[in-house]
Amino acid sequence: MTLGNNQEIAVHASGVEKVYISGDTNVVALRGADLEVRCGEVVILAGPSGCGKTSFISIIAGLLARDGGKLEVMGEDPQALSTEARTAWRLRTVGFVFQQFNLIPTLSIAENAAIPLILQGMDRRSACVKAKELLDQVGLNGRDRSSPIQLSGGQQQRVAIARAMVNSPKIIVCDEPTSALDGATGLRVMELIAQVGRMPGRAVIVVSHDDRIYHLADRIIHMDDGRIDRIETTASLRNAHV
Amino acid sequence: MPIFALKMLFGDSARFYGMLLGLAFSTLLISQQASIFVGLMSRTFGFVTDTPQPDLWIVDPAQRFLDDNKPLRSTAVQRVRSIEGIEWAVPLFKGLLVVNLPDGKRQMSQVVGIDDASLIAGPPFMLEGSLTDLRKPDAIIVDEKATRREFKMNNPPEGGEPRSLRVGDTLELNDRRAEVVGICKATQTFQSQPVIYTTYSRATEYAPMERRMVTMVLAGVAPGVDEVQLIKTIAERTGLSAFNGEDFADKTVGYWMRETGIPINFGTAIVLGFFVGVAVAGQMFYNFVLDNLKYFGAMKAMGASRKTLLGMVFLQALTIAILGFGLGIGMTSAFGLTVPGERLAFRMTWHIPLIAAASVTVICTASAALGMWRVLRLDPADVFKG
Repeated sequence: MTLGNNQEIAVHASGVEKVYISGDTNVVALRGADLEVRCGEVVILAGPSGCGKTSFISIIAGLLARDGGKLEVMGEDPQALSTEARTAWRLRTVGFVFQQFNLIPTLSIAENAAIPLILQGMDRRSACVKAKELLDQVGLNGRDRSSPIQLSGGQQQRVAIARAMVNSPKIIVCDEPTSALDGATGLRVMELIAQVGRMPGRAVIVVSHDDRIYHLADRIIHMDDGRIDRIETTASLRNAHV
Repeated sequence: MPIFALKMLFGDSARFYGMLLGLAFSTLLISQQASIFVGLMSRTFGFVTDTPQPDLWIVDPAQRFLDDNKPLRSTAVQRVRSIEGIEWAVPLFKGLLVVNLPDGKRQMSQVVGIDDASLIAGPPFMLEGSLTDLRKPDAIIVDEKATRREFKMNNPPEGGEPRSLRVGDTLELNDRRAEVVGICKATQTFQSQPVIYTTYSRATEYAPMERRMVTMVLAGVAPGVDEVQLIKTIAERTGLSAFNGEDFADKTVGYWMRETGIPINFGTAIVLGFFVGVAVAGQMFYNFVLDNLKYFGAMKAMGASRKTLLGMVFLQALTIAILGFGLGIGMTSAFGLTVPGERLAFRMTWHIPLIAAASVTVICTASAALGMWRVLRLDPADVFKG
């Protein structure tokens, strides 16, 4: 799918619904959410707790099934795939950056960053060499043999970003990537994410409450009560600041 | 991913060593207690295994186990010999008699009186002297362990330091002279009394006179004769019970198993060993998987297949099981090799490592299955919920 200006559409979601059933209670998380993200774009999903951000990003990443609406991610509907095929699709299409980094402390950071490549079948040595290149790119030169616990929070998140990028996925989804970091570190991490997201053929979707990083995104998608409430562009944010 | 799975296991060193020691001690408890139990039970029929010559052991029907002597009339031997299919039959005396030592000490001993002519049922290994030396006057052969322990000469007739009993020394059995003509090696008895071999006729002279002196009849089966049918014929014609060696040993062990608290005592220790494994190693492994659940969840989100994740947990469980079992069975073997066999009954048959391995497998499989179940149920979307 392409737009008129030849920018490929990474994510096209329309009327996405999600309902959680807990006993006799139905909790509606998404009430027809629409979203379009282009390749090379960095968007932030913002909004109050419980507004459906995490459910939406989980559905986009193929981790959660939707109950209604349409979704295409890089031209494919993850829900139309079998469980095994969806797992394989996630492996080649989506990179993940988690709030708590989720780096395995008993592995070196190069090994942590190499996990997606090894899951794709690459041998451990080659995967670690490739991961080391990525670690160099995110500013962790010469630290590839370090343990995650020897790194600061910001450095650990950089490892997580390297891990998310190492197998060149088309979409990178980030869940509160700066919430466990101090302001300055969070800003540097988000700058890195934005830099990664603007690479050709790739899009980044970030869930964040942290308004200090909003200006680094191309668009901020505000959600409320399971819907897209409003969309801000970086330009409007800058104008607001002025 | 196998190397990463192992790094996850070995990297959590506190938990790894906890699981390793838990499984090792569980294996040690199970295999060591089982080996002592088997060792003790083996001693109850040690004389049967030490005496391979007879095909049949013929006893009073009321005899419940090897040492439960119900003596037979001396005519029993002739009656057995008269049955078609019996190649040979000899009397055996087996009883507890008092031995007087030169230093005045008295020691209850197991005296075995074997057939004077054939010397069938003699000791299994001669260390000094010869079995035929039993034909000398007042001759006895003494088990080597007793020469160092119960029959140690504290005041040797030649004077000097205490020493072991040796060939040429004399003892008194029921106030009758007995001369040591040989030293043998015999299986320790269940009650650990010294074992003395002599001829049947001499044993009956040493023993207090009774109307019935034949403890049992040992017999050989003629070639080509149906042993089962022969046992029935013996019962019909003599009213006596006949067993082959294996069945007689089983009957003896069966008695000790049924009629004493020994199996319950050892069984309790073995079950405790199993539960130590479950409580310590199984629980720790399950907690290890739970603690790593967020990493498994992250990998699942990133695209790790179920097969990959289950393979990682399985490899971790298998590794800890093999290492824990190996260490435990090694400790048991070291225990068995270092503790003197005459003091401690220890017999590790091939079944025991198998039983211990099965127990460890159950512990690790159960905890791994629980862990795998948690990994399978893991919703990859949970990684976005903090």
